[in-house]
Amino acid sequence: MPQSVISVEDLTMAYGSVLIQKDLNFSVNQGDIFVIMGGSGCGKSTLLRHMIGLSSPLKGDVRFGGQSLVMADSLQRQQLMKKFGVLFQTGGLLSSLTLGENISLPLTESTQLSAGKIREIVAYKLALVGLAGFEDYYPLQLSGGMQKRAGLARAMALDPEILFFDEPSAGLDPVTSKHLDDLILRLRESLETTIVIVTHELSSIFAIGNNGIFLDAETKTLIAQGSPQQMLATSQEAKVLNFLYRGNLPSAEGHKNE
Amino acid sequence: MKGLDITTPSASLVVQRQPFGLEVIVAGVWTMDAVLPSRSQVLKAIHASQSSTLLRFDMSAVQRWDSALVTEIIAITQAAQHQGLSVDSSSLLPTIQNLLNLVSALPEKHHPPKPPHRITWLEEWESGFTHILQEAFATVEFIGQLCLSSLDVIQKRSHFRRLDWWLQVQDCGPSAFPIVTVISLLVGLILAFVGAVQLSLFGAQMYIANLVSLGMTREMGCLMTAIIMSGRTGAAYAAQLGTMRVNDEIDALRTMNLEPLAFLVLPRMLALILIMPLLCLYADLMGIFGGALVSLTVFDISTAEYLDRTIHAVQMKDFLIGFVKSSVFGVLIAFSGCMRGMQCGRSASAVGDAATSAVVTSIVFIVIADSIMTLICNRFGI
Ligand SMILES: Nc1ncnc2c1ncn2[C@@H]1O[C@H](COP(=O)(O)OP(=O)(O)OP(=O)(O)O)[C@@H](O)[C@H]1O
Ligand SMILES: [Mg+2]
Repeated sequence: MPQSVISVEDLTMAYGSVLIQKDLNFSVNQGDIFVIMGGSGCGKSTLLRHMIGLSSPLKGDVRFGGQSLVMADSLQRQQLMKKFGVLFQTGGLLSSLTLGENISLPLTESTQLSAGKIREIVAYKLALVGLAGFEDYYPLQLSGGMQKRAGLARAMALDPEILFFDEPSAGLDPVTSKHLDDLILRLRESLETTIVIVTHELSSIFAIGNNGIFLDAETKTLIAQGSPQQMLATSQEAKVLNFLYRGNLPSAEGHKNE
Repeated sequence: MKGLDITTPSASLVVQRQPFGLEVIVAGVWTMDAVLPSRSQVLKAIHASQSSTLLRFDMSAVQRWDSALVTEIIAITQAAQHQGLSVDSSSLLPTIQNLLNLVSALPEKHHPPKPPHRITWLEEWESGFTHILQEAFATVEFIGQLCLSSLDVIQKRSHFRRLDWWLQVQDCGPSAFPIVTVISLLVGLILAFVGAVQLSLFGAQMYIANLVSLGMTREMGCLMTAIIMSGRTGAAYAAQLGTMRVNDEIDALRTMNLEPLAFLVLPRMLALILIMPLLCLYADLMGIFGGALVSLTVFDISTAEYLDRTIHAVQMKDFLIGFVKSSVFGVLIAFSGCMRGMQCGRSASAVGDAATSAVVTSIVFIVIADSIMTLICNRFGI
């Protein structure tokens, strides 16, 4: 029985009076590569914000190994946050710092490492995302995809236990995006990192995802969960199948809808 | 090795000479929060060995590890390869080997071009002169663009949005009333106090009214409003437009065939040109009121007397001068705010810089313009 690291219980999220998603129940296990799927605007980024405690839910709870994130006081929350690495959909790099400074910031803040060691770690993380030697660049001197990868390097800076990626491969070419998949698999294999990832990239969903959920904007809740392969084999929902077949629902599966 | 006790979990790094070459024994907990040993012994051993010596790792006693270990391995491997040693990569943990493969997998291995380096303050001074020239050119260029887009609007080639203009008027007008009230009332008070103390030396306190009313209408009213508005509205314009530039909104407008100057800058300028004289008039009245307060309470001059003096002292032309001046200041404030906003760089700190330099620019412009106009009035006896 795999150990559950994140469990989301009856989570209901809203912006003001606008309900985004309601009654979400799922759990992410240790070492999972957990894919959050769903159409654009259905609330995936919002769910991610709630899972890392940046927004508080209308109802329900997010628990990390039994500890509630909603109930946590600021100290506990800080402790929890240290376990996370987050890549935001828009990168979230600090534009007044160079890439090197961006990545070394968490290292200097939360470890006792020497400056030389930090430089090595920064260089290594940048090399992992294919940006070796770009330490002295400012984020705005890079392309959109490069900024995304630098954001990834920053998320991984502290070798966190859980990584949250919001559309890491958006804006990347297929080769780099494949490299990213490899990177994610290696991270899980070597450091047993749990990875929660929002993505639309079908090839990487099937290549790396071993668990996941599918959010729906109309019913405002999740309509499928399990590994992508499982969803494909067992889901009765036309929306899920349509998504996983890129809108080309084969006629053999056609009878499954309605 | 003796020192390598398996029960002590702290990280250790030991190098041994073996028949086949060098052996690097890595053991213990190699995480970023652990105490890490120095690698100088290993590097020394590597430098002391001949090229094509074999270097192997023994990682059997590594307990927990993260990037701290990976970077250590990278550093040792690089040093060894630099010295011409051959590294037996199969002796690494397979997971680490995989990560190392990823590091070298992507094409951007070649050294990227050096980024433009950071400018030190010394160099900034050096390039100060060219900077001023560039500024002047940019200002002239912006004026030119502004004229062109105004022409476009007049000839109905580009659209001027009245609604935007009206929103801007509401934004910069009514909400500035409280601060203008407080400031100009106090300036009136100060003028009256300072003036009265001097005038009473000649027993001429009666002339406080003249001093305050002329001072307010011709100079202080419009100057104070201008300074308030450059801090309030000029900075806001620069920050708004600067943020829009950072978010690519201005480029997006261009691609939609909307001229950003006509769409964003002209409504703001016209709003301020309309509002400034009105605020200035209001400030004049508040200042005169402040003077009246002082003369009534401190110097025992009756309100009727004060008003009578004021009416005699101030002519229509004094109000008009204030009016004209404040319109000019309005143009200058809106101009510098919008120019700095449009010239803004593409980072968050650039927006702050734009707001700061908008205020500085507009105050410099205001003071220069005020001196010129005062000189002209003096010359022609207005
Ligand atoms: N700050 C906000 N205030 C109000 N509503 C918001 C806010 N952010 C997002 N929303 C709304 O919440 C819904 C979900 O947004 P979210 O960003 O979570 O979508 P998403 O699933 O991540 O979409 P995408 O795949 O396009 O990134 C959208 O309908 C959006 O309009
Ligand atoms: Mg999103």
